[in-house]
Amino acid sequence: MTKRITIDPITRIEGHLRIDVEVDGGKVTKAWSSGQMWRGVELILLGRDPRDAWAITQRICGVCTTVHAITSVRAVENALNLEIPVNAQFIRNMIISAHALHDHIVHFYHLSALDWVDVVSALKADPVKTAQLAESLSDWPLNNRHVMTQTLEKLKTFVGSGQLGPFTNGYWGHPAMKLSPEVNLMAVAHYLQALDAQRHANKIVTLLGSKSPHIQNVAVGGVSNPIATDSQSVLTIERLLKLKEHMDALGEFVRKVYLVDVAAIGAFYADWTKYGAGVTNYLSCPDFPMDSKGTQFLVPGGYIPDADIGKYKPITAFGDAFLRDGVEESVKHAWYEYSKPGPLHPYKGETTPKYTDFQDDGKYSWLKAPTFYGKRAQVGPLANVLCGIAAGHQPTINYATKLLDTASSLLGSKIPLAALHSTIGRHAARAVRAGVMQEVLVQNWQALLTNMGKGDVATFNKPTFPKGEVMGFGFHEAPRGLLSHWTVIRDGKIANYQCVVPSTWNAGPRDENDVIGPYEASLMDNPIADAELPLEVLRTIHSFDPCLACAVHVVEDNQEVVQVKAL
Amino acid sequence: MHVVILGVGNILLTDEGVGVHAVNQLLERFDLPEEVDVIDGGTSGMDCLDQVSGADYLLIADCMRAKKEPGTITRLTGDQIPAFFKTRISPHQVGLSDMLGALNFHDMLPKTIVLFGIEPKSFELSMELTPEVGAKLSEVVDNLVAELKDIGLAVTPKRAA
Repeated sequence: MTKRITIDPITRIEGHLRIDVEVDGGKVTKAWSSGQMWRGVELILLGRDPRDAWAITQRICGVCTTVHAITSVRAVENALNLEIPVNAQFIRNMIISAHALHDHIVHFYHLSALDWVDVVSALKADPVKTAQLAESLSDWPLNNRHVMTQTLEKLKTFVGSGQLGPFTNGYWGHPAMKLSPEVNLMAVAHYLQALDAQRHANKIVTLLGSKSPHIQNVAVGGVSNPIATDSQSVLTIERLLKLKEHMDALGEFVRKVYLVDVAAIGAFYADWTKYGAGVTNYLSCPDFPMDSKGTQFLVPGGYIPDADIGKYKPITAFGDAFLRDGVEESVKHAWYEYSKPGPLHPYKGETTPKYTDFQDDGKYSWLKAPTFYGKRAQVGPLANVLCGIAAGHQPTINYATKLLDTASSLLGSKIPLAALHSTIGRHAARAVRAGVMQEVLVQNWQALLTNMGKGDVATFNKPTFPKGEVMGFGFHEAPRGLLSHWTVIRDGKIANYQCVVPSTWNAGPRDENDVIGPYEASLMDNPIADAELPLEVLRTIHSFDPCLACAVHVVEDNQEVVQVKAL
Repeated sequence: MHVVILGVGNILLTDEGVGVHAVNQLLERFDLPEEVDVIDGGTSGMDCLDQVSGADYLLIADCMRAKKEPGTITRLTGDQIPAFFKTRISPHQVGLSDMLGALNFHDMLPKTIVLFGIEPKSFELSMELTPEVGAKLSEVVDNLVAELKDIGLAVTPKRAA
């Protein structure tokens, strides 16, 4: 018998994502991913000064503020053919790599670990055994028995005070929870420590970006941070040394805790390497430009069709034609209408809403369906890591090898690289990328210091806007994957603006040819133990780090805000 | 004593951004003592954690849907502030209430939390408040100032330029 399950919303703060699945014989047979919020930020930008676009676009999402600011200035600079000083690249690179670390750590520990970790089961753990286990995995100083005992006490107090009450009608004790009490307690300890770790990343963004959550220091043409070796009020050597302390602390946490935890949880949930692959065309872009033009990048990116890394094709520079010419968006199944049939390139993109009800075979989402040369593509850390491996990027290969080796030894059998094409593989790739991001952070810090040592303190090139029409696009490998902004500028004013965001690639509905998107494809054949508590659906969707870039944030006064409807 | 005033909301969606507009107006109209940090939190959750952790007082201005007249201001404190992890499906989706939940779990929750919720009229795409909500903005700011005065902080209006 077929059973329909609706989960709405599956994310809260980041915007409303609704997932519908049909379950037959204990597994998913059909899936729909629907963005439930209208996102029309593009319309707000029309007629505005392109130099202001970044400040507005960074408000479209509550989690990815920084990434929209960076991508927006890159788009306008691309339209103007404007090079920016290398110091500005280094400062921007530090902000976005620190932001990525923040995002990856918070995503794993605070947004998705609880899909796999049973907090209540941790109450039964023996803290001494937990410490022994943790210390056998890593020499992190906070793995000792005192820390584990304190964590257990804290958890007991928390549960005893009734604060965990809501947790009890969550998924604790769900049959799909497999970790021992000791592994669960170790994860809870690291959940708490991750709150401290993410603060180091946030400090870096705040110190460089002047303000967080919304950075203030970017500008079309560079950054507004004055640099000096001898003044107190600007970016000084002293301040830069302070930044390095935060970077080192992040490196310790990522290498000794995050990567190890993901390997351990991956080994215990090795069956989840079989589920969730979905769309295995992978698209990612190179990032962390080290020259003024954007032709030399620290981390590679490109396109991999059909899970075959032998067919990797790189994207090589800002303005890359292979990327530029491959992107289209379809609204056949989205609540918009175009003035002509077929998908549209973002430069020609239109944002005209046309709402119908949720129609299984018709329109059912506020997200458009992007394609790359006509194919659906998955974006995100997994795409980025696979491209890194295909391109021979050594830091990516090192962290990926280490993580797979750790997980293999815990499991007692070899986990192949192909296991990454899965729900749990997306978590593994995100941890690998976090390792790479920390190295990128330090490299840019070093590059800035070296360049300042040569006496170069330039951070800004003034933009000039020509009469007539120019077009440009900017890309950024954001924490959730490839983000691009596309703009048409006429007589110095924005004439068109389209954001093609990572979650549009991954969460978009069926396309022009009715082909399902990455979220939908990844849910197919997922086991469902209990249709009333569809934890497995959440595991797969959360592995993408879902975010719909349209955050509505309202305090609801005592209303049930989430519905699970099993029909 | 450390006081944090946090304005949250999405300024691209009309009244959704009322909390942010409120803290901006607060900064325009008043000189605040050193103990007070004002944060434009936008729609961020965890990104504000660092600045909020360890505060003695946390004052929040946010849009709140409670089926009242648009512009109605509601004051909530302590346990009245809803949804500490209270969503059945996603006990770990990170929003404002989840950030508070995380702080609580970590023993870093401010001792006193007061939330001013303002009933919205519209979430249309616009960077301006509706007239109904806009008319109440100065009252929201006055409420925030009154809270500061109640805890003994000196708040002085800026002189007209």
